[in-house]
Amino acid sequence: MLRVEDINVYYGAIHAIKGISLDVPDGEIVALIGSNGAGKSTTLRTISGLMRPKTGRIMYDGEDITGVPAHKIVGKGLCQVPEGRHVFANMTVMENLELGAYLRNDKEGIAKDMEAVFEKFPRLLERKDQISGTLSGGEQQMLAMARALMSRPKLLLLDEPSMGLAPLLVKEIFNIIKEINASGTTVLLVEQNANMALSIADKAYVLETGRITLSGTAAELASSEEVRKAYLGG
Amino acid sequence: MDNFLQQFCQQLINGISLGSIYALIALGYTMIYGIIKLINFAHGDIYMIGAYFGFFATTQLGVGFIPAIIIAMAGAAIVGIIIERIAYRPMRNAPRIAILITAIGVSFFLEYGMILLVSPQPRTFPAVFSPTVYHMGPLVANSQQLVILISALILMVTLSYIVNSTKAGKAMRAVSFDADAARLMGINIDKVISMTFALGSALAAAGGVLVGVYYNSIDPLMGMMPGLKAFVAAVLGGIGIIPGAMMGGIILGVVEAMVSGFLSSTFRDAAAFGILILILLYKPAGLLGKNVREKV
Ligand SMILES: Nc1ncnc2c1ncn2[C@@H]1O[C@H](COP(=O)(O)OP(=O)(O)OP(=O)(O)O)[C@@H](O)[C@H]1O
Ligand SMILES: [Mg+2]
Repeated sequence: MLRVEDINVYYGAIHAIKGISLDVPDGEIVALIGSNGAGKSTTLRTISGLMRPKTGRIMYDGEDITGVPAHKIVGKGLCQVPEGRHVFANMTVMENLELGAYLRNDKEGIAKDMEAVFEKFPRLLERKDQISGTLSGGEQQMLAMARALMSRPKLLLLDEPSMGLAPLLVKEIFNIIKEINASGTTVLLVEQNANMALSIADKAYVLETGRITLSGTAAELASSEEVRKAYLGG
Repeated sequence: MDNFLQQFCQQLINGISLGSIYALIALGYTMIYGIIKLINFAHGDIYMIGAYFGFFATTQLGVGFIPAIIIAMAGAAIVGIIIERIAYRPMRNAPRIAILITAIGVSFFLEYGMILLVSPQPRTFPAVFSPTVYHMGPLVANSQQLVILISALILMVTLSYIVNSTKAGKAMRAVSFDADAARLMGINIDKVISMTFALGSALAAAGGVLVGVYYNSIDPLMGMMPGLKAFVAAVLGGIGIIPGAMMGGIILGVVEAMVSGFLSSTFRDAAAFGILILILLYKPAGLLGKNVREKV
């Protein structure tokens, strides 16, 4: 579904991504784990077109999308939930969801998906006319995910969905990610919470200071000595 | 009604009609600032360009007030889009000060370009309305003031509708709140920025035509003072906040009218800039602004 081929990404003179390659097969959950500043967000931002790689190629659905602007990539079914949610805090929950469906014109389909999304996130239904800046962190994360689902993504990129959430809520979010995947959406999941990420992923990559240092099936990585030491707390 | 009260109400009428013009210009300032964080110092000159479009539409094409204002709005919208495209877009990632200087350059270009094109002579704006004077008890309002009020009201209601209830308006608010998040929704921010310049310029042009109708005289430098005043109005209401610009414009107009009426019209401009200083000292985010909500 997605293949990242040897990309190099810079912030001015800072070489943030140093020749990364990734493969995200159709229908799977692929986890990308690594500590602060490893370059996880930069990788996702590059895939979704917010940044351009200096060299390398990004293939999605058999098409070269390197350098395609972000707003066009969404239309191809690749949607990112950015780190820190980035909900439109000055708008209501409904308005956020409507913006998620910005590129769609099928009124009925949108209404149906809206219902489906509210079924998945009942808390959002209760708060649909609330200004989203007043939602709790967990609710904002749900809204950010719900908003992304409104674009009917084939591939969903999630950047640290568990950030700053209580353990119970993290579990809930991860269950929802599993559900989303089960209904046919491929997921590329960035996490610092390696434990949780590996528990739901099929495959994983470990990123350290701009380079992939390990990769394999989630089970392999979860039992790997290196990963246990560095990311799983022993 | 005693003398003071009568004078007060009279100045209120004058102030609100002048203020609605400031509000129309301030809206463009605030919308453009909201979306690309640029104080578009050329905005007052767009208002002047609008006045000239209206002038040529009435004198050369011989059309009436409503077609003239529509032509002016459309013409200025196109000019606004072109200016953004040519002057501001290449500077999108440049330091703020560089863009600000560009805006000042664009302002001079428009002012002196127009002097070259249409001569610095003031033109007499044709009287498109028979100057009827309405007496309401001891108060007087003329037909021009009513036209200004009604037009400004219609435009502001329409703008509020566009911004709050249409898909394009929602996209505008999204881009102005968080451009990257907006791009991730599939919003083409270049298009939204063009649209914002078009809307802002059209409103300023309407203001220009209305002033032409009100004062009967237009010239290529007419945009300087109202441009600055509208900037004050936008800051007063809270820059980036649409209802703030409307409110700031009206308040500024009323204050100016009161100062001219009760003190002397020589203090009028001083009052406007005094307000700017006060607001920057005591409520820098503006009347409707929340204090310091810098995005992280
Ligand atoms: N806007 C920026 N300008 C300059 N350098 C940046 C910028 N954003 C990120 N970087 C640098 O790029 C590197 C990778 O950052 P990135 O945000 O991708 O890391 P991350 O793995 O997502 O970290 P975290 O887990 O903290 O979110 C870091 O060294 C960071 O300092
Ligand atoms: Mg990150």
